[in-house]
Amino acid sequence: MRIDCKHVWDHISAYIDGEVDAVLRAEIDRHLETCEICSAVLDSTRNLVVLVADDRVFELPSGFSERLHARLEKDLELTGS
Amino acid sequence: MTASDPEFDAECIRRILAGERHLFHDLIRPCERAIYFLLLSLLRNEAEAEDAAQETAIKVYLNLQNFRGDSQFRTWVLSIARNEGLGRLRKAGSRREDSLEAEIDEQSGDYTPAILTSWREVPSEALERKELGALLRSAIEGLPAIYRNVVLLRDIEEMDVRATAAALAITEGTVKVRLHRARALLQRDLAPRLKGFAPSRKGLFGWGA
Repeated sequence: MRIDCKHVWDHISAYIDGEVDAVLRAEIDRHLETCEICSAVLDSTRNLVVLVADDRVFELPSGFSERLHARLEKDLELTGS
Repeated sequence: MTASDPEFDAECIRRILAGERHLFHDLIRPCERAIYFLLLSLLRNEAEAEDAAQETAIKVYLNLQNFRGDSQFRTWVLSIARNEGLGRLRKAGSRREDSLEAEIDEQSGDYTPAILTSWREVPSEALERKELGALLRSAIEGLPAIYRNVVLLRDIEEMDVRATAAALAITEGTVKVRLHRARALLQRDLAPRLKGFAPSRKGLFGWGA
């Protein structure tokens, strides 16, 4: 049975994460071979997942770590023991 | 994000509790990013998220003897961070989180992706352009809180489904549903706008047109 686009979209996130079973994966792969729209939806979603994981997107505020450890030192006297 | 090493964590905790308190700096360091961004996601204010992150680290230290090792250390730390964040929201009189959780999860909603006929990959080198990072951040910040938290832990901090579920006190199934919806919303919002960041000519990033 050939699955439709909506069915592919419903599983796209699990597909990217490798969490669909072998049968469904094969069905989706077969659909993707001939469906430009679903291929583009998959590629764009996967591309986004890669981009947001880049450390440059979400950076800690400058000096965050230094201030955190200074506060720990001050309140907990970690090196005083 | 480096995943924490359970053996290193366990050994570190044992030694801290035995008196080598300075080792707490090394124990908490790999969790700093996740603590801060989870709190930023909840509180939506950088200064408050930073203060809450410091309080979280102090609470982690003071409760260290209660860590049982039946979850990853980072998961336990993030549940303390989450409680710190929710406590602050409650104190501020905000019912935002509670009402959102109740409302949105019940909705089936429309998660139709942006329909494209082709996609040219945006390489991570494009993040050298500040506008791209800003665009991604604002799209994630614009997500409903319950989706934002899941994207943050799964896609940004790259935690697994189980640890994300434990840190947010939701089921693994809910993590998957929320992540799926969040990515669909991001794709719909961002895909049409990201096209401009894809290399358009051969050679720009060593990319064929």
